[in-house]
Amino acid sequence: MTRDAGRRFVSAVFVIACGLAVLLALVPLAFVLFFVVSQGVQALNIGFFTQMPRPVGETGGGMLNALVGTLVLTGLAAAMAIPIGVISGVYMSEYKGTRLATATRFAADTLNGVPSIVIGIFAYAVAVLPFRQFSAMAGGLALGVMMIPIIARTTEELLLLVPGALREGALALGATRARAVFTVILPAALPGIITGVVLALARVAGETAPLLFTAFNNRFLSTDLRQPIASMTVQIFTYAISPYEDWHRQAWAGALVLVTFVLVCSLVTRVVTARVQRLRG
Amino acid sequence: MNPPQVSRLTPAVRDPGPGPGTPTSPPKIDVQQLSFFYGATRALQEITLQIHPNVVTAFIGPSGCGKSTFLRTLNRMNDIIPGTRVDGRALIDGEDIYASGVDVVQLRRRVGMVFQKSNPFPKSIFENVAYGLRINAMARNRSELAGRVEESLKQAALWTEVKDRLHTSALSLSGGQQQRLCIARALAIKPDVLLMDEPASALDPIATQRIEELVYSLKSSYTVVIVTHNMQQAARVSDRTAFFWLGRLIEYDRTDRIFTAPAEKLTEDYVTGRFG
Repeated sequence: MTRDAGRRFVSAVFVIACGLAVLLALVPLAFVLFFVVSQGVQALNIGFFTQMPRPVGETGGGMLNALVGTLVLTGLAAAMAIPIGVISGVYMSEYKGTRLATATRFAADTLNGVPSIVIGIFAYAVAVLPFRQFSAMAGGLALGVMMIPIIARTTEELLLLVPGALREGALALGATRARAVFTVILPAALPGIITGVVLALARVAGETAPLLFTAFNNRFLSTDLRQPIASMTVQIFTYAISPYEDWHRQAWAGALVLVTFVLVCSLVTRVVTARVQRLRG
Repeated sequence: MNPPQVSRLTPAVRDPGPGPGTPTSPPKIDVQQLSFFYGATRALQEITLQIHPNVVTAFIGPSGCGKSTFLRTLNRMNDIIPGTRVDGRALIDGEDIYASGVDVVQLRRRVGMVFQKSNPFPKSIFENVAYGLRINAMARNRSELAGRVEESLKQAALWTEVKDRLHTSALSLSGGQQQRLCIARALAIKPDVLLMDEPASALDPIATQRIEELVYSLKSSYTVVIVTHNMQQAARVSDRTAFFWLGRLIEYDRTDRIFTAPAEKLTEDYVTGRFG
């Protein structure tokens, strides 16, 4: 009997320890969310989304230029990274075990671990220095380079999960290998790949370092790809280190918008994949 | 139990000849001395047999005896497995399918296949059947495509069950329906030969019965080869039966003779359930 009581006591202690560890892990997230929401809500209004920044000293105004800039930058990055990433993912899964596939996987994993500031320096060297001009292009390149390995690895892993029976079914109907990949295997993995792409987008939309000396910043509304362009993250950074109360408030609002964007992205992909899963029975 | 002994190396093949009631015709599939290797392992040893058109030929034998491997050599599905090799010849309509210069894609259009586990694509019912027609550009326009899809679904005895929901996901169908969909998909591109690899092994008795009826009805237009580990099924649906054991063809004869008066002791032991 005593041994049984001892066992129950150890079990209870362990359960409590696990619960505490979970709480500890959640505390920082809760604090971040609490501060961002409580501070951000104060400065958040319609004007934040529709107006340009006001000159120093005037209160109000918004971040329209930065919102547009972030859309342009992530759009450029996606246009570059989705085709390259998906196609290299297809290569790695179709030719798994070959030397080039193994090397590509290693390169992708390494690139994934490279600090984003280093990627910024790379984009600076290849897309800013030669033209002597900060540009949206250079910023898009930096973000795109960050997205490629995420998309490539996600695509590869999801393609490997597609049952071999589907490939055999397509081949048995007279499909060539490429045909089978692009008409059956890739579509079967598509919901997962889209999730990966959206999460990669959310991730780079929150990057500051690679943009500091590539896209730089712009006080004006610009969609010219050859000119510097504003972004939410760099704008938040600039405002946060400024001495003005009003800019601090705007920075909090910007942070709230970014966090909400990331949250919405993960929620949307969750809902979409769940629905697709249901459709497939 | 003592391991069964093979009395001789050459199989007891009483060439059963063309099907009952059909005029004499050349064999559809003529396999000569075919061996198959997974790396260094020989999975099939010098198989020689002739399969006739418009009859159902069943391959039986215990698990791992090579019957599925042999079936898959007939449309070169084994090509996609790395490290495999084929020796010998397999002629379909007199042409060696392993000759150099044979277009595997063309071969698979003529030799359709249905797999053990139904494998509908994650697309709509309609798109599943239309797939082969689309990739092989076999329909000139939409209405022809729709017509061929309907015809194939009717052939596979699935049309009445799905005609009102052609554009819903194929994965919402039951297991038996999914397998009939796969048969419809294979029939849509009008192959000459239909290979079926244990098509009913994952299905309940009623779904199995429907597949068997279907197999029986298909033999008027196709050469059907079916692998099964269910001997009652072989007896019910087939006209010819080939018994495989350890990668060898032991006996090949009319199905009634295989089950009532086999020439080989090994065959008799297997069909009476003494091993396997």
